[in-house]
Amino acid sequence: MADATEVHGNISPGFGGLSRSKAALVLVAVAVALTLLRYAGLLPDALFRVPEAMVPPFAIWLDAIFNFVKDDLGLLAVTRTLTEGLEWILDATANLLFGKRRWPNLGPIPWTSIAAVAAVIGYYLGGWRMALLAGGTFVWTALIGQWKIAMETMSVLVVAAPLAFVIGLTLGILAWRKPWVNRALKPILSVLQTLPFFTYLLPAVIFFKVGPTAGAVATTIYAIPPMILMTTLGLQKVSPEVVEAGEMSGCSRWQLLRHVYIPSARTEILVGVNQVIMLCLAMVVLTAFIGMPGLGAKLLAMMGSFKLGRSFEIGVTIVLLAVTLDRMSKAWVVKQPEHFEKGTPWWKRHLTLVLAVGLFVFFIIVSQFVEVAATIGRKQNFSQGKEIDTLIKGFLNIDAVKAVTGFLRAFLNVQVLIPFRNFLLSIPTPALILLVTAFALWLGGRKQAILAAVFFSLVALSGWWDRSVITLYSVISAVALAMIIGLPLGIWAARTERWSKRILLVCDTAQTFPSFVYLIPAIMLFGITDIAVIFSILIFAMVPLTRYTIEGLRSVPEEMTEAADMSGATRMQKLINVQLPLALPTMAVGFNQAIMFAFFMVIIAAFIGTQDLGQELQRTLAGTDLGKNFVLGICVSLMALTFDLTILKWASDQKKALGLGD
Amino acid sequence: MTETPVISCKNVWKIFGPDPAAYIKQMPQDHSFDAIRADGYIAGVKDVSIEVGRGEMLVIMGLSGSGKSTLVRCFSRLHDITGGTIEVEGQDIMQLSEKELIELRRNKMGMVFQSFGLLPHRTVLENVAFPLEMRGQDKHERRARAMEVVKLVGLEGREEYFPRELSGGQQQRVGIARSLAIEPDIWFLDEPFSALDPLIRREMQDEFLRLQDMLGKTIVFITHDFDEALRLADRIAIMKDGAVEQCDTPDQIVLHPATEYVRKFTEEIDKARVVHAGVLASPDNKGEGEPVDAGATIQELAKLLVHDTRDVIPVAKQGQVIGGMERQAGLTILLETG
Repeated sequence: MADATEVHGNISPGFGGLSRSKAALVLVAVAVALTLLRYAGLLPDALFRVPEAMVPPFAIWLDAIFNFVKDDLGLLAVTRTLTEGLEWILDATANLLFGKRRWPNLGPIPWTSIAAVAAVIGYYLGGWRMALLAGGTFVWTALIGQWKIAMETMSVLVVAAPLAFVIGLTLGILAWRKPWVNRALKPILSVLQTLPFFTYLLPAVIFFKVGPTAGAVATTIYAIPPMILMTTLGLQKVSPEVVEAGEMSGCSRWQLLRHVYIPSARTEILVGVNQVIMLCLAMVVLTAFIGMPGLGAKLLAMMGSFKLGRSFEIGVTIVLLAVTLDRMSKAWVVKQPEHFEKGTPWWKRHLTLVLAVGLFVFFIIVSQFVEVAATIGRKQNFSQGKEIDTLIKGFLNIDAVKAVTGFLRAFLNVQVLIPFRNFLLSIPTPALILLVTAFALWLGGRKQAILAAVFFSLVALSGWWDRSVITLYSVISAVALAMIIGLPLGIWAARTERWSKRILLVCDTAQTFPSFVYLIPAIMLFGITDIAVIFSILIFAMVPLTRYTIEGLRSVPEEMTEAADMSGATRMQKLINVQLPLALPTMAVGFNQAIMFAFFMVIIAAFIGTQDLGQELQRTLAGTDLGKNFVLGICVSLMALTFDLTILKWASDQKKALGLGD
Repeated sequence: MTETPVISCKNVWKIFGPDPAAYIKQMPQDHSFDAIRADGYIAGVKDVSIEVGRGEMLVIMGLSGSGKSTLVRCFSRLHDITGGTIEVEGQDIMQLSEKELIELRRNKMGMVFQSFGLLPHRTVLENVAFPLEMRGQDKHERRARAMEVVKLVGLEGREEYFPRELSGGQQQRVGIARSLAIEPDIWFLDEPFSALDPLIRREMQDEFLRLQDMLGKTIVFITHDFDEALRLADRIAIMKDGAVEQCDTPDQIVLHPATEYVRKFTEEIDKARVVHAGVLASPDNKGEGEPVDAGATIQELAKLLVHDTRDVIPVAKQGQVIGGMERQAGLTILLETG
């Protein structure tokens, strides 16, 4: 993608012979002029917003296309057939995990059996600590009385994740093998990765019926892209000598793929598996919005009725599940095969398997006689929902806390956020497009600038400009606030090895939490307000910012900091003149991720009640308004893509210019 | 050589670039390496003609980027050549179908790689048995055969280990065992010992010579280490910029370097250790008295050359006098470098 002629950012030409930064300045000047004209009341309304009459009926067109594909091409018939197959599998897992009355009518498996097997797998992958984490998670889930809803979630997850894995792996292999597949997939993948998840949900519902099937389909599709990318990456990285050794061993093409390429790309493929599992979990929780029962639905209901205690407990369960799945799959990535001496008996070679099966059967037998080992009844659980509720509400009612949150609410909202929002809304559409274009030109280059202009013009033409601007406002203000807190935190932590490790661990863990969970503290602290939206985006976006700041600063080559020390630089001088400039490209990647996360979160936060695209999107879920749903989704995606393309281009240019490599 | 050479290549070209086939057609004759590079192409192998006889060990030697690895990959058709022909046992390998090529590799060729090219998820035994598995041999048979080769390279007792649990030298033994598992006729070794540290390298070379004495394969051995080449080779081909500068016995290369480039290479070499008496013997004047063995190096004959008073010393091969060596010529070589 990188244009060889544009590598050295600031010298390459912009438009009409002007240097890039000058061209960007001209654009900004025009934008300012337009805005001032508007303030002076001289700008005609047609130039302020795209007039209603000029908005093309994208939604209707899209609807027509969908209807054509759905009915005339018979896609609906195909998907409904698929639905039956999928439903059958989902019913089977549902039966096994929580006893839905369907084939094979064996379930539910006692919770003790599942917890025991989880612990054994944990032990195999990561020793006692992992065993404790895995077993503990399931024990907690059972004891807190959330076993059934957790298993409802899991029953979809155990179908969606393998499905996403298989599809992703296959497409990844195809993309690696055939350049044209790769070329075709790349743009689709980047759009898919920025498309808000609500946009996955509605088509899934329409094509695959409401409930677990639609949930499983949306979850699967959502989790496929990283698997494709990791597969392709892994296959490309296989050492040529290993491949040649395979060829010289007389491998046929299939043998080469099966025995040489895939096993050698094991690490990347397993990293892909980790991502698939985590994305599936994040998404499966969100399928609550289309009526998928499970942890997400319960959390949604509890938050809706402001039952903070129960929300908190469910949040803990989700987080524990996320951490367990993440740690286990990551341990699998680094798990190396160990050899056994000759003559080791079979049971010793397969100790884990024997143990797992043994304990599984043991607890099934136990649960025949001991009721509690099978299921924990309604009155037997240890849920402290009410007590935690009072505790939290009591805490929030302490005067000091109340004063702080109240002040934040009042000050931030009235003094900063609302004025900023109104300002953004007061800028004429063409002026804002020019500003974004200037930003893309200055940082990225000509190609990025053209894309930015096209993308934002499309948003303007969609007829959802004001809501898009409000979405943008939430993203920008939350990311800006996240930077104010996250960057100093990262810089401070990067100073010592010990704190870097600690904060990175926190970030790693936090990044595995399904996004939905971030709403809990936001609602707890700020109730159902705008500030809560900003706050939830803020903490979500702060994670990558802090993390990449630390990583960027820590990866500055030691001889450079030593050179600065020997030049007599103070700590501050060293930071400003040596470390930050070198860390900036990496930090930019974090910044980009923060923005992507923010776009993602702002849509979910619509649940709290906002006036942006997310709100409209959520509304479409209730109906069958596919066209509108897509228009809204694409608006979000286009805005996110603009930032993504521009910032990543800048980061890679800078890395090249600094000779840091990728 | 009367019988057909095992590998015979004529005017072989391998050009890398956007469209090598079209490029080579319109390329002027005697286009130099740099001229080709200026056109945006790289001549990996440039007009090479070379033959390898049965049971011979040809060492291809050159600095990195000289095209030696590319050439050997052309022999096994890991690379498709751009021009010329390569025949393996009389058969043009560029004419082979994919299936025939796989058959050829499964039955006739073995290759050892610089960084071993082992499959990380397989044990030593499974790695060695891999080529046998690929050609569909049954499990017991291939395990038995793999075990045999594992013993041959001295890795008995480690057959259940995974590659990462072995040292570099041991890993390369696995690589060697794997390449020998199918009992190949032709054995390619691409800088097999370069990744090892010097002490291990020496040990592996000895081991390699022991194996070769036992097996007597046709070998193409690649190295950038001239000492290694001199130690192992029947003949050495010295490559530069894709072309073969000289292909001859070690003695001849040291005594009569064909080009300036080869001469520079041989400058630092202690010639007395390379040149054999047989090479200096001329049949015209056989001299008199006790003969010396044709296979002895000048260095081995140093004492004799200094103390003997004869002008011409007879040289014998298997007890038969084949000619006489001028003592002065021997002394010159002995004293030239030291």
